[in-house]
Amino acid sequence: MLRGVQRLGHTTINQINEVGRAGIFILKTLIRKPRPVRSFPLLMQELFSVGVLSLPIIVVSGLFIGMVVSLQGYNVLSKFSASEELGQLIALSVVRELGPVVSALLFAGRAGSALTAEIGLMKTTEQLASMEMMGVDPLWKIISPRFWAGIISMPLLSIIFCAVAIFGGYAVGVHWLGVDSGAFWNNMQSSVDFRVDIINGVIKSIVFGCVVTWIAVYQGYATVPTAEGIGRSTTRSVVYSSLAVLGFDFVLTALMMGGW
Amino acid sequence: MEKDDLIEINNLTFSRDGRKIFDGVDLTIKRGKITAIMGPSGTGKTTLLQLIGGALKPEQGQLHLNGYNVPKLSHKKLYVMRQRIGMLFQSSALFTNLSVYENVAFPLREHTKLSESLIYDLVLMKLEAVGLRGARDLMPSQLSGGMSRRVALARAIALDPELMLYDEPFTGQDPISMGVLVKLIKKLNDALGMTSIIVSHDVPETASIADYIYVLSGGKIVGSGSPDVLKQDDNPYVKQFMHGLPDGVVPFHYPAQNYQDDILR
Repeated sequence: MLRGVQRLGHTTINQINEVGRAGIFILKTLIRKPRPVRSFPLLMQELFSVGVLSLPIIVVSGLFIGMVVSLQGYNVLSKFSASEELGQLIALSVVRELGPVVSALLFAGRAGSALTAEIGLMKTTEQLASMEMMGVDPLWKIISPRFWAGIISMPLLSIIFCAVAIFGGYAVGVHWLGVDSGAFWNNMQSSVDFRVDIINGVIKSIVFGCVVTWIAVYQGYATVPTAEGIGRSTTRSVVYSSLAVLGFDFVLTALMMGGW
Repeated sequence: MEKDDLIEINNLTFSRDGRKIFDGVDLTIKRGKITAIMGPSGTGKTTLLQLIGGALKPEQGQLHLNGYNVPKLSHKKLYVMRQRIGMLFQSSALFTNLSVYENVAFPLREHTKLSESLIYDLVLMKLEAVGLRGARDLMPSQLSGGMSRRVALARAIALDPELMLYDEPFTGQDPISMGVLVKLIKKLNDALGMTSIIVSHDVPETASIADYIYVLSGGKIVGSGSPDVLKQDDNPYVKQFMHGLPDGVVPFHYPAQNYQDDILR
């Protein structure tokens, strides 16, 4: 009994220490003199591998999510003879929730895991240590461009996800199920508010981008330098960031809904 | 600190996970010479290089490098100091996403504002020195172990460092690449006027080029001197190590309970 309590306390303290270390790590990465000329090409390269290479999975998933929401929504709405409202249903559910959350989860699986494994392998093969010994700070050279690339590309990916999902919903709803095209778009337009719905959705995805990349780069940097260690930290990166996305989503939604 | 001493270490103490790795180590490294730090695996030879490079901080003691008090340096000054140190890692630690050419160019691009044509000339000079000018377009994954260590050596000397640190340069090399590396280390040290520290347990190779050898054991220096002096040393530990005897003060067996009791339990 006492030992159980002891172990619980030990684990809790360890977890809190870990959060503190991750916090110091990211502050050390961010608080430094900007070197725009040298950082720009590094950032471009990471935007490509983190953002552009995540596009296919985001586009395909967005399309299917939109189509499914349309099918399910039509099924329910038509029972109340309200199938004209399909556009509104799709747009609001995608822009407020599904867009930011699902794209962040996909991003964690696609880009977050890749970042963790890449940085972890660099640590295991002493590439980070050799960079330090050459007088080049890996926090600046490796971590910082990846972190910023994550924050920049996440909201963009989420916006693309939403657009594709709405298009998918439109294709199924209007061309297959026979909802009137004018009613579909008109209802959507009158119910979606730019500030309340779209801006809030974008804010969510910026927060998710920050959290997911932070977890990914920290897990990579803190990897135990063995093959097993890389595997474990990659898993941890995806699990922690998925949980964090869902948790933050609830908190942010609660805060944003307060004004409605 | 005398004028021809590059590094002076006094009473250095360092522990890891509660185990004392160094317990009051004193040593000096002379400018322009090749100094070897020898000892069996696990005596903290690599740790000593990390302490010299400022990657770790000692618990006690002084470590002066060229007048800098290394453990007390600020983050920024430490990084400036490291630009004048080259280090060859045991694993070579080449950047796997860059070609051989880009690997050698990396420190030049980071720390100098040289034009592309000058960088080209310098990289080719360094690669020529290690005999791998023809391999400049290969990727690290296409290199053999000996070749990647030579590329890493070219990268380490790219900025013409004052001090070169070699971490187990001969481990896991075939006899030919071992011979090449021995020759290169000696040649580079003399031609570039560097100071070299070799951490190794390969006695014959290291003894053939070192000017001075320190033998480490149990966190202390148990013997020091030129290779010829050490080979005649009477200290039983130094004798066992220098001549590679299987049994002696360092027992062949890992500590265990009585064999008979163990097997008849």
